[in-house]
This record gives sequence, structure tokens and C-alpha cells, in this order.
Amino acid sequence: MTSLVELMDYDEVIEKYDPVLGLEVHVELHTNTKMFCGCANAFGGEPNTNTCPTCLGLPGSLPVVNGKAVESAIRIGLALNCEIAEWCRFARKNYFYPDMPKNFQTSQYDEPIAFNGWLDVTLDDGEVIRVEIERAHMEEDTGKSLHVGGATGRIHGAEHSLLDYNRAGVPLIEIVTKMIPGTGRRAPEVARAYVTALRDLLKALDVSDVRMDQGSLRCDANVSLSPKTTGELGTRTETKNVNSLRSVERAVRFEMTRQAAVLASGGEVTQETRHFDESSGTTSPGRKKETAEDYRYFPEPDLVPIAPSREWVEELRGTLPELPWERRARIQKDWNLTDEVLRDLVNAGALDLIEATVVAGAKPDEARSWWVSYLAQQANTRGVELSGLAITPAEVARVIELVNSGALTNKLAREAVNGVLEGEGSPDEVVEKRGLKVVSDDSALEKAVDEALAAQPDVAQKIRDGKVQAAGAIVGAVMKATKGQADAARVREIVLARCS
Amino acid sequence: MTNDLIHATAAELAAKIHSGEVSSVEVTQAHLDRIAETDGKVHAFLHVDAEGALAQARKVDEAVKAGETVSPLAGVPLALKDVMTTEGVPTTVGSKILEGWLPPYDATVTRKLKEAGVVILGKTNMDEFAMGSSTENSAYGPTHNPWDLDRIPGGSGGGSSAALAALQAPLAIGTDTGGSIRQPGAVTGTVGVKPTYGGVSRYGLVAFSSSLDQAGPCARTVLDAALLHEVIAGYDEMDSTSINEPVPPVVAAAREGLTGDLSGVRIGVVTQFQGEGYQPGVLRSFQAAVSQLKELGAEIADVSCPSFDYALPAYYLIAPSECSSNLARFDAMRYGLRVGDDGTRSTEEVMSLTREAGFGPEVKRRIMIGTYALSSGYYDAYYGSAQKVRTLITRDFQKAFATFDVLISPTTPTTAFKIGERADDPMAMYKADLCTIPANLAGTPAMSVPSGLSDEDGLPVGLQIMAPALQDHRMYRVAAAYEAARGAFGGASL
Repeated sequence: MTSLVELMDYDEVIEKYDPVLGLEVHVELHTNTKMFCGCANAFGGEPNTNTCPTCLGLPGSLPVVNGKAVESAIRIGLALNCEIAEWCRFARKNYFYPDMPKNFQTSQYDEPIAFNGWLDVTLDDGEVIRVEIERAHMEEDTGKSLHVGGATGRIHGAEHSLLDYNRAGVPLIEIVTKMIPGTGRRAPEVARAYVTALRDLLKALDVSDVRMDQGSLRCDANVSLSPKTTGELGTRTETKNVNSLRSVERAVRFEMTRQAAVLASGGEVTQETRHFDESSGTTSPGRKKETAEDYRYFPEPDLVPIAPSREWVEELRGTLPELPWERRARIQKDWNLTDEVLRDLVNAGALDLIEATVVAGAKPDEARSWWVSYLAQQANTRGVELSGLAITPAEVARVIELVNSGALTNKLAREAVNGVLEGEGSPDEVVEKRGLKVVSDDSALEKAVDEALAAQPDVAQKIRDGKVQAAGAIVGAVMKATKGQADAARVREIVLARCS
Repeated sequence: MTNDLIHATAAELAAKIHSGEVSSVEVTQAHLDRIAETDGKVHAFLHVDAEGALAQARKVDEAVKAGETVSPLAGVPLALKDVMTTEGVPTTVGSKILEGWLPPYDATVTRKLKEAGVVILGKTNMDEFAMGSSTENSAYGPTHNPWDLDRIPGGSGGGSSAALAALQAPLAIGTDTGGSIRQPGAVTGTVGVKPTYGGVSRYGLVAFSSSLDQAGPCARTVLDAALLHEVIAGYDEMDSTSINEPVPPVVAAAREGLTGDLSGVRIGVVTQFQGEGYQPGVLRSFQAAVSQLKELGAEIADVSCPSFDYALPAYYLIAPSECSSNLARFDAMRYGLRVGDDGTRSTEEVMSLTREAGFGPEVKRRIMIGTYALSSGYYDAYYGSAQKVRTLITRDFQKAFATFDVLISPTTPTTAFKIGERADDPMAMYKADLCTIPANLAGTPAMSVPSGLSDEDGLPVGLQIMAPALQDHRMYRVAAAYEAARGAFGGASL
């Protein structure tokens, strides 16, 4: 099916069109309870266990707003430099879908809680782009449908569907950008960088788990192309199911090349929802809607308006933590990093880990060196993100401490780290289990040296004749015999002493 | 004995039960017997819960025996409108679409009744989803007016009011979105009160129109209504629109009113609610009530509320708009009726077939009107304009209440009409709520108290008394004084 889709070469796309982006991000808040009822807000769990009359939309049930969710919404708004509404309401968005218990979503429409903000986004090369925020509003999540029997797991062709309402009513904040024009070739990168920056911000605010793989952060990417010849805005598509930062970039890029091919062949881009396929990196149209969508929004009569006092808003402003860009500036200064080094650390996703390692007692240089070299290699070999490695910053700090105290050589330290990554326990446990101790007992080393000299008499003779560099072969043999646990410098001293 | 028990007021029954003169079980059984004897003709009940009622009665009797202090209405039977959820007891809202549904939870009103020891006899008939003024829209057949079985008992709460008039229960719960407590009260010769919006929790009240729905007490006397009002009213954290204020002192006000003195009370007669379209006998009964109130010492003058003329059209945009959204959840997916799920049809088809089969014509009409009124391009002209009218009506009330303590009018333009008479004429049906709707739109309290019988057809007429928000007690005082002065006017012929 994908083979039928014509794509235009990316360079040609950029030559002919200006891409225009719009990004809608849904964030699940990690409040204790749901948006409008007292049910636990928890990921996973037996289907339909975290439910009650309200989140199941049973006849007669009513919503009550979760104050903590409003607080989170305001803090997100403030961190995104938004204005906070003095008075706003919820609205009902009416449409039928089985995973939505009331067949309307309680959301916000023309009166969002936060609006008119911006977020500065740093690209890979350090360039900063300001993305304007249209609004951030509160709403509830839907349940989940599991379509059984079809080939694709989508509703089309399924034999039956199962519904789990544990997620129904989970608090969501939808953050919508204004149109982002003028990014040209870098549009896909800008999209990824924006979602990354937003994710880091939300993490710093501690309002959400921001796990794209678990759906607690979801991005819908709107893409359109404006022909350079006319400058007119093109028809946009909205791509859903973009479940990783990398997918954001891929989906935007794919849509650009696809739309350009459609336009170049004289066709028209259809305004539609598209579905990103992770494995093929392509998008395909969502289910065709027979009728135009009319959500018949109207103010939610079951809820009273929300009017956050200015005092409360200012109080919440005071609770904002150090935001990611403020932190980066501080770290750069404290650790005396160049722009380039800082950018590499950020891009590698290493900054948090290094800082945590420093907090755990390591020196910045040492912490940085471990994370960007050996641990980065390990992440790469294992095909995981740096943060996905099974070692904590505190454990890395402990390894560094063991090296500094002379208890481990660098080589042994790497082995200790391997053990931790393999799940053998803490660094100290690994050192114990694997027997990773520097052999510092001279008599044991002398014995090993004597054996090595005896085994290689010709080499021994060379050393005695003053060819000091030949000592290397003996040191190597001793190291091998002691399984690397000897201090090589000390072995060398002993070799030279024995041959003098 | 049985005859005495079913004619007694709730206050009298409570006194007898609490003093040990009769048991709640006896009282409950007397009413269950009365239901068994008469409901074949009246059809006030959709479900009688004899077992649950007697169990609750026994509990109260034990408490009385043990010398425990019980709440003022403990042991007294009550008929509950089928719009309130009752855990494990059928709740159909008069619709096929909820046939067989057993709610897993009690409405706040249900819970409060149970906690107060009130004995719930069963669930009463109603127009489907409370949409109607005659109870003819019930999917389970109409209720008959005990005064004349060929006539309607009003609606939507015809079952609750008919149960009172037929002496099947001394107390009942209704809900009032556009007059569904007061209009049935008027045409059955019973008392019906719509409290201030937010005065009684809506949690567990199956919604018709969220911004208008309000549950309230129904009884045969003003004092009984007041006693029940205080049981069900009060702030509920489960309902965001419930008011966090003390419950108005309605029982004290009713007792004060019973002394018969209304000196200094300023009463405004709403001029919009008389004249053309009003039955002469209804207007004569109303004028007699006005004279009687004057004799009690009230100062009475006319007051004009011009925007009330637009209340009916505004209501028939707002209520259907909200209902089109509120009723969307009845889609066969989670509870209630499911039609056409034979493995060959899509979800949308099953939803569609279920809603086609499960909703009656009036419900469908209102869902369609509401869907249209909320559509993009029409929203401002319809829903938007209706909300503006609502504001104007609220202002008219505020202006009138600056001069008057309460306002009065007939509750309905006519007495009970014949079953089937207006079935094919929705506009004629809607006009039954002409006088009651403004109070719903403004969220202010209003009640109907019988003003005797119309001289031309011998059927009951209601006097409507309206008060400012949270001043529910004012109307109770006036109603109780009037009721005492009016005297008995006979009972239903049944």
C-alpha cells in the first residue's frame, strides 16, 4: 500500500515549498485522581477497575473538577509564558465514540485556562527558535478500545472490540501552538525539538510522567505546504499516533514529501487525519468521515466557571521550579562548558544524568566523561537511550568514588559498570561478586612476576641488559595472570626491581 | 384504621409512628395495599418495592422501640420518581432504553431519604426522560388522574402527583425542569415545590436539562412538603452546581404561615399570566385566592414581567440543546437496551438501531431540535439568543422582587385535559408549562398549592407562588397561610 504513495525528493520539496507546522500536544497529568471524579489515575491495572459512575458516564452521575489538575494547568500555562484566564469554563465537545462514556468530552473551547504564550526551542546546532503557544486547556481523556480480529489492530476489519475505561476521565492538558512558518528544511527537526523542549519543561514541573511510549505525552502534527510561487497557505493534514520524539521528526518529513508529490502531480491535499506507522515510517489516512465534523460545543452546564484569583496565580508562579533553560544556563556557568559541549550533552540526553551524578558526589568532569563515553557506547550497543540504561547516577558516582580511592582501576570500573548494567546489583555488590579488587599485595605480585620472568627468560635477559621497554611484555603477562586486577604501574616497578 | 392511615398527612403519620401508636410497618402495609387496590386504574407506579419498603419500615420500628431519636419523617412512606437512581432497584426514567437497568449507586436524594428513615414504596411513572406535561410520553403507558381517570395527571411527574391524590403515598419526590413538579401538583390538587436551583443535589438525577433540572418535594399539605424539603436539601460535594449555603428554614416558615397572618407581606400578581388562553374557571379560582390572601393581610398589586412572554421559546431551545448532549450516552455500549448486535453490524449501526428503538417520539423530537440548535452556524441564533432571554427573565424577576416578597400566578392555564387530547399537538402540550418555566430559567424557587376546584369542570386548580433564590421559606409561609384559610376542598373521586 505504501509503495503506491509517491514521494518527492526532500531537497526538491524545500526548493518549491515552505512547510507550515502546527503541533498539538496532549499531556496526561499524574494527579492522584481523575479529572472529574475520585478514581485513581493510574497507568495499567486490570481493565475497568479504576472506574465509578462518573467516569463511566452512568445516568445521573455528575463531574466535579479536580483542583490539583487546575493547579497543574495554571503552572504549565505560566511556564509557557501564557496569560491565565480570569474566568473560564468547561465546554462539551459532542461526538459519538464507544470509548467515550458520555459521548461528549468535557473539554474547554473558546475559554481556555491559558493562552498567548511561547516556548524557546533549541535546535541541534544551538539555534534558538521561539514557538508561539496559542493555548493550553484542560480536558478529560477517553477510554481505550482494543480491536480484536483485524490484521492491523485498528477498528477497520476487526471482529469485535474491547473497551477499558480506566483511562476515561484522566486529566489532560492540550497545548496547541500557533502556526509555525519559516522553518524550511528544518521543519521536521523543529517539530522534534519543540516536543523535546516541552517534554523537558513538563518533567521539570513534575506534572506528568511525559512517557510518549505509554501515551502520557501525545503529539498530533499538523503539516501543510505553502508553494513558494504563491505564498498561499496549503491544506493541512493532522498526523496522529506519533509515539516517540524520532517519530515526530519522521512523520513531519514524510508528510512534507508526500504532500509535495500530491501537489506536484496536480492533485489536492485532502484535509484529513492521518495515522503514523512506526515500522514503515509512513502515514496513511484515518477512517473517512462521511459527514463534516460538528462538535456542537456549548458550555458544560454541570460545572461552574473557574475563576483563579490573581493571588493564587502569583502564588503558583512562585512554585515554578528552575525551568530547563534556566538550569542549562546555570550548569554551563558552574561547569564552565562551551556552548558546543553543552549542546552535545543536551542532545545526547546526558545533562540530567550528569547533574544527578554530580549531586551524588562526583566531579562534573568525571561524571561527564563516564556518561558521554563509556556509558554512551553501552547505550548504543544495547540500543537504548542513555536514560534507559539500567544504572543510576548514584551508582555511577559510586564507581567514580571507587576509582578515586584506588579500589578500582579504570578497567575494573568498566567491568563493575557492566555488572550493574547486567542486573547483578549495586557497584559494591558487583565488585564483591565478580571479585574485582586491585591486587595490592606485593608478595602475590612478586610471585606472579617471578613466574612470568621464568616463563620468558629471553625477555627477562633483555630487561636485565637495560632494555627497559621490554618490561611491557612481562607486565602484560602478569596482568593477564591476575585477570587485570593488578595495578599495572606497581607491577612494572616490581619487574624492574627484580631485573636490576 | 387503614382508611385513617392513608388519609393522614406525613406529619400526623410521623407523630403516630414515633410515639409508637402505630408501626411504620402498618403504615407502609396500608399504603402498599392501597397501591395494590388502585394502581390498576391509576398506574402511578412503574415499580413497587414492597420488600425494600417493609425492610426499611421494620428498621424504623426497631429504632422507635429502642427509644432512639429518629429523624422527623422516619417511617413515613414515599413515592420516588423513576428519574432518581436507586441502587439495585430498577430506574427506567420512563424509557425503554433503560429497561432492566439496575443502577449500582443511589442518587444523593435517595441516600438522604434512606438515611432519614423514609420508606421508599417504589418508583413512579413519568414522561420519558421527564419530557412532557401529561405522563403520556412514558414508554410504559400513561398515568391516570385520580380526579377523573380519563384525564392526564400532568407531567412529567404525573406518577408522583397521582400517587398523592390517590392516597397511595403521603409524600413523593418529583423533578422540575419546566414545571414537572408544579403542573402535576396543580392538576391533581396536591402541593409541589421546585426549590432554588442548586438547593437539592442533582447527583443521581438522570439528566434531562442540567441547567434547569431540580428535584423537589411533593405532598398533600404545605407542612409535609416543607418537612420533606428539609430532608432532601443541602449542599452536596458530588454536585458542583449545588449551593453551599444553609438550607432555607422552610419548616419554620410553614408553621409560621399556619398561624394565618400575612400582614405586611407584599405579593405581586404577574400580569403576563392571565387573559387569553386561560380557562375562565382557572382565573376565577385564582382571583378567589388573591382575595383570600388580601384578607390574610397581604399587600397585593400587579407586576409586569414582559420578558416572561419569551420564556417558552427560550426554554424549548435550551432544554432540547442540553438534552441532545445528555442523552448521547444512551448508546447500547455499557448499559440498557442493545438492538441489532448480531455480529454483522458496525458499532454505529447498533447505536443507531438502539436509539431508534429505545427512544420515544417526543425524546427524538427534542434531541433533533437540540442538535440543530447547537450546530455551528445556528448556535448564536438559537442557543445564544435563548441564553440572552434567560438573562432578561432573571432581570425581570430581580426587578419584581425589589418591590414584592413573592410573586403569584395560576400554575397552569387550564385544568387537567383529556388523555390523548393534545397528543398530536406538541405546541398545545408545551403551553401547559407557560407559567412555570420562568422560574426554571431564572433558577428561582416556585411552588404550586391547590386553590380549590374550577367551577366549570370540578377539577383542581393550582396557585403558583414564586420567591427569590434561596428565599424558599417565603413561599412556604404564604402557601401555608393560604392553605389554612382555603380549607378542605374535597378529595379525588377514586
